Amino acid sequence: MSDGLIELDGVEKVFDVRRRAGLLRRERRQVRAVDGISFTVPRGEMVGYIGPNGAGKSTTIKMLTGILTPSGGRLRVAGIDPSRERTRLARRIGVVFGQRTTLWWDLPLRDSYQLVRRMYRIPDDRYRVNLERCVELLDLRDLLEVPVRQLSLGQRMRGDIAAALLHDPEVLYLDEPTIGLDVVSKAKVREFLRSVNTEQGMTVLLTTHDLTDIEQLCSRVMVIDHGRLMYDGGLAELHAVGESERTLVVDFERELPPVELPGARCERVDGPRQWLVFPAGSSAAPLVAELAARHPVVDLSVREPVIEDVIARMYAESSAVV
Amino acid sequence: MSLYAAVAVSGFRRHSTYRVATAAGIFTNTVFGLIMAYTYIALWDQRPHLGGYDQSMAITYVWIGQALFITVAVLGGGFQDELIERIRSGDVAIDLYRPADLQAWWLASDLGRAAFHLIGRGIVPMLFGALFFDLTMPGTPLTWVFFILSVAIGVVVSFALRYLVVLSAFWLMDGGGVTTISGLATMFFSGMLLPLNVFPGTLGEVARLLPWSALLQVPADIFLGVHTGSGLLKALAFQAGWAVVLLGTGRALQAVATRKVVVQGG
Repeated sequence: MSDGLIELDGVEKVFDVRRRAGLLRRERRQVRAVDGISFTVPRGEMVGYIGPNGAGKSTTIKMLTGILTPSGGRLRVAGIDPSRERTRLARRIGVVFGQRTTLWWDLPLRDSYQLVRRMYRIPDDRYRVNLERCVELLDLRDLLEVPVRQLSLGQRMRGDIAAALLHDPEVLYLDEPTIGLDVVSKAKVREFLRSVNTEQGMTVLLTTHDLTDIEQLCSRVMVIDHGRLMYDGGLAELHAVGESERTLVVDFERELPPVELPGARCERVDGPRQWLVFPAGSSAAPLVAELAARHPVVDLSVREPVIEDVIARMYAESSAVV
Repeated sequence: MSLYAAVAVSGFRRHSTYRVATAAGIFTNTVFGLIMAYTYIALWDQRPHLGGYDQSMAITYVWIGQALFITVAVLGGGFQDELIERIRSGDVAIDLYRPADLQAWWLASDLGRAAFHLIGRGIVPMLFGALFFDLTMPGTPLTWVFFILSVAIGVVVSFALRYLVVLSAFWLMDGGGVTTISGLATMFFSGMLLPLNVFPGTLGEVARLLPWSALLQVPADIFLGVHTGSGLLKALAFQAGWAVVLLGTGRALQAVATRKVVVQGG
């Protein structure tokens, strides 16, 4: 085996779902939430794990923490079989769920951290150093005495991330850490995660619906849909594989016939505004230069491809191949 | 301080912040105590020495019941609603991946809560009762010690029963029905309505052997001096036996629940 910190080999998770079929009859149906996934994450890597809702992301994370037992396949985190040795593994991993909090609602942040310190038996000096670092970088100084229920979503999220890192985990799982956050909070969280990854060499597995998270943080991305790994590689190549497109929205000074440019096509015209579509892999700069040279341009903006579309297109393609 | 001690302290502190609720609770317990005390007086006037209690012991029993009502969580509550909600919403996933024992964690938190309720909601109704009625108080300090010990074990038994109720939520996804049934059973079989020793025949014998009698009947009888010597030790052993059996059952069920059942959502 390679020296991967996270290793999955043909991992499956099958749920039995009972459904009403008639007045009293119940139908049993099997749902393959995770359907034979294999990947390896080496130490120190930051990987994006993306896919539409219900794709199997959270199920994978739950298996990686040991909360759920795989129905088949082999799974190791830091050499530990998670579901067999959940407690031992727990001391070596950190988990942040964007939609749930690991903090205690009624307690001030500081008291929550004290409970975490006892739970993970963190040595006093490590605890002080780690807390200080998190407080500094996540801007928590003024929040330590505030009960968690009074924190805003962004503050709570930062508090949660700190709680997950106090015990020096080797692996950090982040399940939609920027969900519902405003732009400033998102930027703060991303900056912190980047520093944790680059400076401490922490291995990070990140699930998200926000493509910007991935673009700014991850060199590698894995796409899962219907419980299967659809893609595993760099982000730029993902766009190429998914044939994803960016859109250049241009406002001209006056109404023009649809413009024709090499490497782009006009998708829509609405008065002086036109939508030009071009491959996500190529740069917008030559297009913009060309446009400005030919026509009087008032304003421009570039729309990034939506990750769901990229994945949807990829999925449609792969099922066509299979 | 160990983790679980810290959890207990935070349970204590959490409940101590609800001051208005505490005041309202004391008022309620006192009013109910008055109503029940006068009902018992009427009953024991008609049937002196019913169940082996004289009238003073019967009234004392009422006020012990009111003092312990919330401490041993006769109607459920405390950690129960919170943990059921965590199971329903899927937040229990967080509790499960922590390097802490789920049952021990919630037991510690419930002991903290009970300690607060004994002090915050128990003392005032008891003092009120002692002020306005002729109560039978323990003769020796040692009886007080055994009484407190018995209350503590009673809380553990109560916790263990409620923990089983909570675990049913893993299968039912809603604890409402089971909670109601359990509350009714506890109300009756703990002796909260009437002391179990006034129940006749087989019903009484069975009721006194069920775990719920560890919540109120046993501590009250220790307070009233019904159990002495080896009888006292037997009473404590009876409580402790149920505590061990029920905690063990909860543990086994918890293992099945976490292995078999899907952690909801997200």
